[in-house]
Amino acid sequence: MSTMSEPKGRGAPLPASQRATSEAAPEATGKTQRAGRHHDLLYYALHNKKLVFGVSLEALLVLAAIFGPVIALHNMTDYFASNQPPSAQHWLGTDNLGHDLFAEVVNGMRVSYLVGAIGALCAAFVGMALGFTAGWRGGMLDEILQMITNIVVMIPALVLLIVIGAYLKTRGIMFEGTFIGLTTWPWVARAVRAQTFTLKSREFVDLARLSGKRGFSIVVREIAPNMASYLFLVVVLLFGSSMLLAANFDFLGLGPTTGTSLGNIMNQSTLWSALQLHYWWWFLPPGLLLTGMVAALLIANVGLDEVFNPKLREQ
Amino acid sequence: MEPAVRRYFTRKILTYMLAFFVGVTIDWAIPHMMPGDPVQLYLSNFNLKPAGYAALYKTMSQAFGTNLPLWEQYLHYWKGLLTGNWGVSFWDFPARVSTLIFQALPYTLALLVPAIVLSYIVGNRLGAAAARRKMLDNTVLPMGYVFQAIPYPWLALALPFLFGVVWHVFPIAGGYDRGLIPAFSWTFISSLLYHWFLPFLSVFLVALGGWAIGMRNLVIYELENDSSRYLRALGASERVVRRYAYRSASLPQLSGLALALGIVVGGSIVTEYAFSYPGLGHLIFVAISNQDYFLLQGIFIFIIIGVLVANFIIDIVYVTVDPRTRLSMQGGSS
Repeated sequence: MSTMSEPKGRGAPLPASQRATSEAAPEATGKTQRAGRHHDLLYYALHNKKLVFGVSLEALLVLAAIFGPVIALHNMTDYFASNQPPSAQHWLGTDNLGHDLFAEVVNGMRVSYLVGAIGALCAAFVGMALGFTAGWRGGMLDEILQMITNIVVMIPALVLLIVIGAYLKTRGIMFEGTFIGLTTWPWVARAVRAQTFTLKSREFVDLARLSGKRGFSIVVREIAPNMASYLFLVVVLLFGSSMLLAANFDFLGLGPTTGTSLGNIMNQSTLWSALQLHYWWWFLPPGLLLTGMVAALLIANVGLDEVFNPKLREQ
Repeated sequence: MEPAVRRYFTRKILTYMLAFFVGVTIDWAIPHMMPGDPVQLYLSNFNLKPAGYAALYKTMSQAFGTNLPLWEQYLHYWKGLLTGNWGVSFWDFPARVSTLIFQALPYTLALLVPAIVLSYIVGNRLGAAAARRKMLDNTVLPMGYVFQAIPYPWLALALPFLFGVVWHVFPIAGGYDRGLIPAFSWTFISSLLYHWFLPFLSVFLVALGGWAIGMRNLVIYELENDSSRYLRALGASERVVRRYAYRSASLPQLSGLALALGIVVGGSIVTEYAFSYPGLGHLIFVAISNQDYFLLQGIFIFIIIGVLVANFIIDIVYVTVDPRTRLSMQGGSS
């Protein structure tokens, strides 16, 4: 859960123009300026409705994932009367085996958060490394990296998951997260590469090149900060999309075998014809919660984007 | 054609051929790495005595070529691929792989291509219109997030539940009415459309939010660009500035569209699983559970070709649409 990004504390890099002015300032005034800027950011953060709403909703859901299993009346593995609609005793009803669905759902939220975080970190790391390299260096190296990207896209992830899974005794949460990360980085790489390509021909990059900076430091200090909000958007999007992709895998019955995720619950509900039998409490709540988990993340992200990037603030 | 552009395309075609070779090899290797024996699985359908089993096992292995060493199977695979002989399916034994694929392909294409293209068009228009317009932004944006955040399996359960189980408006599963035989008749086509609508709607809705939000963010970025400021300084109307911003913002979106269309063939597995829709995704699922090497390999070829063609088209579009790419090519530094 600690990997779950609480966007406020993270502090995305600022656009190069702002940073340059604060760095150029003399040491003594620099400190007060910096403190003032943090104060400004906090002001904008607290007054940005999207950020406040998104972070509050996400915090609420994270709290539900952490404390839900504690306040649940029943254990996930206990048996009761099966297929009961929601009641005071079972807040979200029970499934076909008589398990309490509230207990299952809050445990499923934990699993989904974990898988999403692991997947996002893996994909962001690989995608950005390859995207920057391909976009900045260009030429033959770009061709080779693009070829690798295309090959990864062509590999049918689902089939690969089944093949690898067949050799493992159990499929864990760690495995699913890493697998998602290592198969979803291509779109990050492509997007970062395209952005780098267009930024590369701008004047400030030429200037940096003229001043004799090395390629790596130009990418890190000139190009990356100019797409910082975009990169941050990418990481948050990845976090959400990994959770959604995991739900897809779980729905097909390829999810973790060592725990119950939200997708697992939906998979079980289809296997036992909950749809045709009108057991709506079995498949509607897990998907709704997952929608909330991902939507809160996206809304907070746009709010954060506006806080850090003055250009985006509503005028 | 300018020499720089010609060199660019020669290089592209070479790397695409290499990618095709590697992709085909990987897609041959993956099914062969699956544990288990397809011939054994196929023969388990029959109630055979041990002696008969042994004889039949030998014949079938020879017929399918699974008794050969792996490198020889690999060469046979390439030979079959290039001569158009994709082999015979294990699962649906005497049926040819190509027949099975071409039966399923129209369903997948008719379902996904309209859904993706329509969501691209509608999503981009909505997103571009919402950028920097308070009223629209406050409605389109939250809707976009919710649509983007919906887990697809849930939509594939909630839509049939509402429209099928509760309201009885649309069927909840299948590609056409079970009582019908595929034919070019009005009853069959109307049944097709009737069954097509819910899966189409689910794919359309789930893709809509992503396009809209992506476009909104990109257009805001472009509207703050120096080029937009310059246009405004020249006295261009806001409509013209927006049109140019839309054009520049379309580039990253286009590469997203290419990727989405490229993996259309393989990307429909969850949809077709949820709606029991008789397309390629469904066929992949059947092929995996029956260890049908030849069927899987045949479908993979379509995925490979789809991805490569889509990427190639995008490369062409980038060069023709964005002058900056051409400039960077001629710059010599890259």
